[in-house]
Amino acid sequence: MLWDALTLQLGYNATLVAIGASLLGVSAGVAGTFLFLRKRALVSDAISHATLPGVCLAFMVLVALGGDGRNLIGLLAGSAVSAWVGLLCMNWLTRHTRLAEDAAIGAVLSVFFGMGIVLLTVIQTMGVGRQAGLEGFLLGSTAGMLWADALIIAMGGAVTLLLVMIIRRPMMMVAFDPEYAAARGVPVHRVDLAMMGLVMAVTVVGLKIVGLILIVALLIIPPVTARFWSDRSDRVVLLAGLTGGMAGYLGAGISASAPNLPTGPIIVLVSLGFFALSLLFAPVRGVLAAILRHLRFQRRVHIRQGLLAMAQGQKIYEPLTLRLLRRAGLVRADGVATEAGKARAAKALRDEKRWEIVRADQAHEATAALYDGLRDIESVLTRDQITEIDRRIGGPQEVMP
Amino acid sequence: MLELAANQGVSVTDQSAGDSPLAIRGLTVSYGQKPAVFSVDMTVQPGAMTAIIGPNGAGKSTLLKAALGIVSPLSGQVTVYGQPLEKQRARIAYVPQRASVDWDFPTRVIDVVLMGLSRELGLLGRVRARHMSRAMDCLHRVGMRDFADRQIGQLSGGQQQRVFLARALAQDADLYLLDEPFAGVDAATEKAIIAVLKSLKEAGKTVVVVHHDLATVTDYFDHVFLINTRKVAEGPVAQAFTAETLQSAYGGRLATAQIDQISRALG
Repeated sequence: MLWDALTLQLGYNATLVAIGASLLGVSAGVAGTFLFLRKRALVSDAISHATLPGVCLAFMVLVALGGDGRNLIGLLAGSAVSAWVGLLCMNWLTRHTRLAEDAAIGAVLSVFFGMGIVLLTVIQTMGVGRQAGLEGFLLGSTAGMLWADALIIAMGGAVTLLLVMIIRRPMMMVAFDPEYAAARGVPVHRVDLAMMGLVMAVTVVGLKIVGLILIVALLIIPPVTARFWSDRSDRVVLLAGLTGGMAGYLGAGISASAPNLPTGPIIVLVSLGFFALSLLFAPVRGVLAAILRHLRFQRRVHIRQGLLAMAQGQKIYEPLTLRLLRRAGLVRADGVATEAGKARAAKALRDEKRWEIVRADQAHEATAALYDGLRDIESVLTRDQITEIDRRIGGPQEVMP
Repeated sequence: MLELAANQGVSVTDQSAGDSPLAIRGLTVSYGQKPAVFSVDMTVQPGAMTAIIGPNGAGKSTLLKAALGIVSPLSGQVTVYGQPLEKQRARIAYVPQRASVDWDFPTRVIDVVLMGLSRELGLLGRVRARHMSRAMDCLHRVGMRDFADRQIGQLSGGQQQRVFLARALAQDADLYLLDEPFAGVDAATEKAIIAVLKSLKEAGKTVVVVHHDLATVTDYFDHVFLINTRKVAEGPVAQAFTAETLQSAYGGRLATAQIDQISRALG
């Protein structure tokens, strides 16, 4: 069943939803990355909640004009207008009052969402309101998705991606160093607005599939996931798009494979899965990697300390150090150094002296930065460089027995 | 108001504001109700190395930021090479304080330097070999070539500062404005930075530095601008950097011993 869903063989509606969700995931991941790097991820939550009054007002206007209240373009246009108003309110509050951004986010989010709920209740009491299905915009509803709806989502997603491509450089510059960007003549304020405008576009486009409450997950989780895998901003953007797209595709597939599985929440759970995997298993920034790195580092520190102590004829008391030295065959069971241990100890002491020279010499700065008290000098300098340093130290020195 | 706006400091300048690299007139900047910079005039000498000096909270950085349009002033004009700032932005390079950015940002040293070329690259221009080689060249000038591929968070404070300087060099500007480039850096970095700044001066560029270390002023700079919210003195080091001007800029905050030491150094 799941396989059928993933290979788009589960019927027309499921296919439309899967394609739409993938595209939405890609554009949400990409647009969300800039907001995340600008440290304004939560702004997206306020923007998405601010869409609700617009959806309701648009419905009322459409009905009042005698049209079909469920016209998706009309509803999305309404949501965009009220999200934009919410965005401007938030912007004004942070720029012209003493409120910090988090307070502004909270204020706009709750007030707009509250107004939306009131309007929703009013619509319920209207004759045509009952079948409107506007609650679907809260958590997304893909059951009755039409070809035209999918087309709107696809086009909206594509346009957003294109715009991100065009203004990615100023957005990245503003995210990294807004003051430098301003000094270069980048209109920081307008770039920020554009960034949030793009997030708003993604939100509006995603209303039908994941709904306004959960869209924030698609904007934030993929960038955070991607950040685990790369230290380069361009790759973080691409990876966020990729994980967002995969979450959309897999989530839509899973929800289509069984009855009564809501699409939006499943997509969010799938992207949470990617996040959890990255959190645990990412090679450098992941939790496991950090633990392993710490243990390995601790082991190296103990062995090195032990060797230096041996070289200077000091007794080793730390049980962990002794155990590690024994296991490495550097110390016998009775605590006396083996031949290999003596040689390594002498080498460690000599390396310390070499490092001293390296660290004192401006010409070796890049190398000196690597000093951690543990590294073999051969791993960072050439044979010739070491010979030169040894010449400066003088002949090999006696190591105390 | 007009009386307040009048120049209250000692001015020893021989350059009219007309085509000065940076001329500031009657600049007042305020955060809230307390002015950080009040009615300040400044005329930067072309081809000189000027230090902006003053006690903590005297408005040194604010003056620089206002000159660059990063903070908007309550009043006053800024002209760059005789024209409004906006028309001459390409000729100014800015080195912000190191603490102003998040060093865990996912970017490499070379990417930061390439930001200096953003005007040439435009919105969609590809980074080509010549851009790369220019960026590498700038890293070489600050002694950071070997670090090009490192994530910026792996650098020491001094190295981060040199990367910022390399980014400014990449702009190939005429006027360089640096905000506390020597704050909290190692001796090697200080030497590297001052060597680069002196080479800029030799190439006829103009350098303005917000500086906090009074002991090195006479070695590094030929002009000073003393500020404590208001301008205190401006001119060549020999005339404007004296025991009297320092006393009036720092008030009681500077130990008499320090002032004596500086006066002796000045002869």
